[in-house]
Amino acid sequence: MMTDFLLASSGFVLAMVAVGLIRVLGGPANADRMMAAQLFGTGGIALLLLMAAATNITALVDVALVLALLAAFTSVAFVISGSRSDMLEPGAAEQS
Amino acid sequence: MSIVLDTFTVLAVTGGLFFFLAGTVGLLRFPDPLTRLHALTKADNLGLGLIVLGLLPQTNAPVGALKLLVAWLLVQLSGATIAQLIAREARRGMPQA
Amino acid sequence: MTIGFALDSAIAVLVVAVSCWTIIARASFAAVVGFVSFGLLLTLVWVRLDAVDVALTEAAIGSGLTGALLLAAAARLRTSEFATQAERPSMALRVATALLSATATAALAGALFLLPSPAPTLAPAAAANAGATGLGNPVTNVLIAFRAMDTMLEKVVLLLALVGVWSLASDRFWGGPPSPLRGANTEGPLAFLARLLTPLGIVVGIYILWEGADHPGGAFQGGTILAAMWLLLMMSGVANAPATRFRSLRLVLISGPMVFLVIGLGGLWLGEAFLAYPVAYAKPLILVIEFVMTLTIAVTLALLLAGPPTREASR
Repeated sequence: MMTDFLLASSGFVLAMVAVGLIRVLGGPANADRMMAAQLFGTGGIALLLLMAAATNITALVDVALVLALLAAFTSVAFVISGSRSDMLEPGAAEQS
Repeated sequence: MSIVLDTFTVLAVTGGLFFFLAGTVGLLRFPDPLTRLHALTKADNLGLGLIVLGLLPQTNAPVGALKLLVAWLLVQLSGATIAQLIAREARRGMPQA
Repeated sequence: MTIGFALDSAIAVLVVAVSCWTIIARASFAAVVGFVSFGLLLTLVWVRLDAVDVALTEAAIGSGLTGALLLAAAARLRTSEFATQAERPSMALRVATALLSATATAALAGALFLLPSPAPTLAPAAAANAGATGLGNPVTNVLIAFRAMDTMLEKVVLLLALVGVWSLASDRFWGGPPSPLRGANTEGPLAFLARLLTPLGIVVGIYILWEGADHPGGAFQGGTILAAMWLLLMMSGVANAPATRFRSLRLVLISGPMVFLVIGLGGLWLGEAFLAYPVAYAKPLILVIEFVMTLTIAVTLALLLAGPPTREASR
């Protein structure tokens, strides 16, 4: 019963992430899109932790840890490259 | 004892799910990027925190609980900083206020 | 309908929907965001298919590093983005492409359903010999022991890719430092995040490498995490990209495949076969290989993302 509850909770979090995606992917400003990594990071980690408890696969907590780090990294990459040019170091975007 | 722990888990996880719902509703319905950012980061972080709290009784080893807390800590740290950076970008696109 | 089935169907539908969106998106930045989302959903697919090692790799490489790579490429192409968006292929070409892609997908799906059941697989043989190396994780066993040749050659391929990226630099920049995507303010919140996150990231990276012996994890995932942390330092301005001519840098780059090769030849010299580990020393040898490989992978991936040298090497 606990297993079903936890699995259903992870399904709910997935639904929330999916609905959030509508805004994040469709949102007009670039600032909206930058939130994608954040949304997936937090939601994905919640999902993985719930699944880890539901299916008793403790390795999923490791996946959640890796996701936390890489989502932070990806968010930083999004913010730097999605910003207007005064956030980029001059010369960094022009290569030849 | 196990019944008490299980009830605690169910309550905390449900609270976490509620905050996820609130965050998503805010993300969809708030008028501009700054407010949506607030909904996403604050509500989702609190939701994750409650879920982690609820899952703590379900792990057996102290290592398992430690990993859960480290994951939550990482999300808090990176979430707060990234929100600052995204907000800076969002403000640039708005008329001066 | 069980909850698991509902969950799996939801993930499948989302994967298709996000990939459609990624293809349709016009601006590069939006498309990359879609791609990263797709990668993260794929991580969930691997988790549901019980392939946790692959899920780890997908979370690290498939969405994280590849996403950053595509973003850097999109940033470099920003000046020509309007021109490329203005050229759209004709409707006939697009319909033909769609039909071909659909046919390929249908063929793959058909092949999948027509597989004999049980499908031909070497998994029972691998599982039967699981005790050969003393490691508990069957995936690591396959990667480092049974198919060690593939793993070694993959590292050589990574190195060749890096040489290819470096060769994109003009002659006068050869040996100089690259310019990875970089934020401008070195004292702001970005630098704070990099300084605080990197030590934690290094610990998690080494932990994942160590866990790979008996649980999902391994050298590749650990190396990717370390690469991401170094890239974070470079992107936030806390660390400078190294000049590519440094001998110590090049030594680290080749050390992974070299150690692998030396140990492999050692197996040959000891009278067994290339890349056969003597049974008594299997576990320590494997740990040495994994440790050196992690360093090589970390440096190679970080430099791959940093790009070709863009400044002259200082004398």
